[in-house]
Amino acid sequence: MSKELKDLSLRVVRGQMNRRDFMGRAAALGVAAPLASQLLASTAQAAPVRGGHFVSGLSGGASTDTLDPALSASVVMQNVNFVWGECLVLPDPVDGTAQPWLAESWEASKDAKKWVFKIRKGVTFSNGKELTADDVVATLHRHSDENSKSGALGVVKNIGQNFKADGDNLVIELEAGNADLPFLLSDYHLIIQPNGGMDDPQAAIGTGAYKMEQNDPGVRHVASRRDDYWRSDWGYYDSVEVLDISDDTARTAALTSGKVHAINRVSPKTVDLLKRAPALKIANVSGRGHYVFICHVNAAPFDNNDLRLALKYAMDREELVDKILRGYGSVGNDFPINAAYAYFPDSIPQRVLDLDKAAHHYKKSGHDGTPITLRTSNAAFPGAEDAAVLFQQSCNKAGIPIDIKREPADGYWSNVWNVKPFCTSYWGGRPTQDQMYTVAYYSKADWNDTRWQRPDFDKLLIEARAELEPARRKELYTEMGLMLHDEGGVIVPMFNDFIDATTKKLDGIVTDPTFETGNFLWSCRTWLTA
Amino acid sequence: MNPVLSLILLRVGIGLLVILAISALLFIGVELLPGDFARNFLGQSATPEAVANIRKELGLDQPLLTRYFDWLGGVLTGDFGTSWANKASVNEQLFKRLSNTLFLAAVAAVFAVPIAVSLGMVAVFFRNRLPDHVINIVSLAAISMPEFFVGYLFIFFFALLLGFGDGPPIIPNAPLWSLANVQLVALPAATLVVVVLAHMMRMTRAAILNIMDSAYIETAELKGVRMMTIIRKHAAPNAIAPIINVVALNLAYLVVGVVVVEVIFAYPGMGQYFVDAVTVRDMPVVQACGVVFAAVYVVLNMVADVGAILANPRLMHPK
Repeated sequence: MSKELKDLSLRVVRGQMNRRDFMGRAAALGVAAPLASQLLASTAQAAPVRGGHFVSGLSGGASTDTLDPALSASVVMQNVNFVWGECLVLPDPVDGTAQPWLAESWEASKDAKKWVFKIRKGVTFSNGKELTADDVVATLHRHSDENSKSGALGVVKNIGQNFKADGDNLVIELEAGNADLPFLLSDYHLIIQPNGGMDDPQAAIGTGAYKMEQNDPGVRHVASRRDDYWRSDWGYYDSVEVLDISDDTARTAALTSGKVHAINRVSPKTVDLLKRAPALKIANVSGRGHYVFICHVNAAPFDNNDLRLALKYAMDREELVDKILRGYGSVGNDFPINAAYAYFPDSIPQRVLDLDKAAHHYKKSGHDGTPITLRTSNAAFPGAEDAAVLFQQSCNKAGIPIDIKREPADGYWSNVWNVKPFCTSYWGGRPTQDQMYTVAYYSKADWNDTRWQRPDFDKLLIEARAELEPARRKELYTEMGLMLHDEGGVIVPMFNDFIDATTKKLDGIVTDPTFETGNFLWSCRTWLTA
Repeated sequence: MNPVLSLILLRVGIGLLVILAISALLFIGVELLPGDFARNFLGQSATPEAVANIRKELGLDQPLLTRYFDWLGGVLTGDFGTSWANKASVNEQLFKRLSNTLFLAAVAAVFAVPIAVSLGMVAVFFRNRLPDHVINIVSLAAISMPEFFVGYLFIFFFALLLGFGDGPPIIPNAPLWSLANVQLVALPAATLVVVVLAHMMRMTRAAILNIMDSAYIETAELKGVRMMTIIRKHAAPNAIAPIINVVALNLAYLVVGVVVVEVIFAYPGMGQYFVDAVTVRDMPVVQACGVVFAAVYVVLNMVADVGAILANPRLMHPK
């Protein structure tokens, strides 16, 4: 193995380089992607230091948080839940493939309809009970049956009730093929609990590396390491602690004063100041989350594609990335997928600000010139109100009148988003293109917030889902991306980076595009050096 | 019956009615807020099925009055119920949060009240001279700064630069009422002192000045009594009623108005608990916090009124 390659992988592990650049450099050195990814994984576990007490200070939690994974709605609880619990599948941080976790391996039939997951043996829950396929089945039941309150309900709907235990295996027989099924099971709600958590969903009993000691919602969560944990390359600390610190300045102060080792959601406005602190480092990773302006394609005046195109051409994406994200992000292209996804359609031309085209399409749409109301609130995404004003100004230059209506942050997701015809919003990424399209652009999706209902699009979606041949899949996804790019109701100005900051002593950080705080796995993957 | 006792009984009765009325208003208020618990709690991941299941489980499909009286029934037996969001006992959580808040308020009050009252007296002593002006300007400047700014300044200068005092997060350890915790909450308590000081100080100054113009003070002056003694012995006792009032008002503020200070110091008190609950419309918690806040105001106002009456014997014997 070349020394250069090893050096590169160490840089990735230290967070000085992102994994995508690494894969590119590795390819340039003539190393095949699977090997490079394997190398990266092995370097990530180069010399972990065991022991110590790890404290993270996170924004996003509340005193209403619950330990029930089905109702986990904040980054704090997602971090806490992965401290004590585990899913069947984990998306690989480097190449985005599905990796075994509590499922040891799996096989699919040729049409991707029948799936057999082999459940890992010799794994025990923190209450001493051994993990069985029955626990897995019960967990899936709890999230998907008719009484389910689970946040994963939208995801597991795909599976329905067509699953059963067969010895040590979980067998799922789908009505329609789904090549991405393992990714559905990596959803953070679907933590495997003994008897599916039917007895006490909040007991925090799982197969994870730590056992919950203290849970004070909105304040502090503490766990200590289990001696009987099944895996040696995971969960290195003696104990871990997650603190709720919702105020940005307070969180930064906590990190600077050494009260916590790591924080999430560093404001793009202060990240350059924080970079100057000698004992700290910034870990930013381009994720799959994106800030959007969405209009209902079935509501006037947005039912006119020329008007939608006019709005799309009037969007100055570069300016928004520059001013709203301070460069910590990348431009979007009016479909919800970026290069962090597998099978990314890279052949779709990037749309740029073009006021002439915007004016042309606006004129062609025959709109009567009454101002178009755009609803916004900083609840949609940080800086949404400013972004709306910037958009209004560039629209004005193209002669498109926009009226901005500021909505209260409180209740934005229930009263404005998915209700009003034109508003700002945010989508967290999904592990696969299929899931992103299925939750938000499938005709029957509950969260179809642009009212995009196109039988031809649905057909492509279902075809791509069952397609195991990568090249063909990419073709299908390109076609779908292009449809949204040209006709969809979504304007995607930017994909935001996750910006975390940690002490320099924190090692083993794996930047993961799935979610912030390294896909919620700081407590499991990192360690503290002296 | 002793007039003071009957007054107190009357006040307690009215206070209970006020609290009851507030609980009803709060209930209606939360109901009027757009979006119910199920929608707000699940947020962007709400599916119609999950929302319906939560509504059914919590009985949100019941009529408003039924739900209110169900809740009231629980409260009358001393049970605030369980949080809708995380099924934790509200009594237990409330006790913990309220204790934290009271602790912080007490530490702040122990410093703020004596400092404010003595500064007020000093200001009167040096009326319209340099110390009076300095005290006035400084305290007015302090009250004019938003409290989050004062808090940030304290964090920056003391916790980060000088390494004196703890910055956020500040989470008191058991036992709560200990010297170690007093040290721990030094900065948030100092922030609160700065915020409430000016109001109490200026009220003390105004009340005493008012008295200082009366004839008997002039007599005392003419007799040659020393100024500070006049203020302390003759003026202050007669100015005590308005001072008690403003102190009570500020104590109430220390309990119910500290949410900003709690947030910037990440201190687990009532304010954040209340705000989090309102955000997702967690009714049992919102109601419990509302009742406690109302009770704090009612009780402190009652104490202030009774105190004022006790301080002024004339009020004890109404014609």
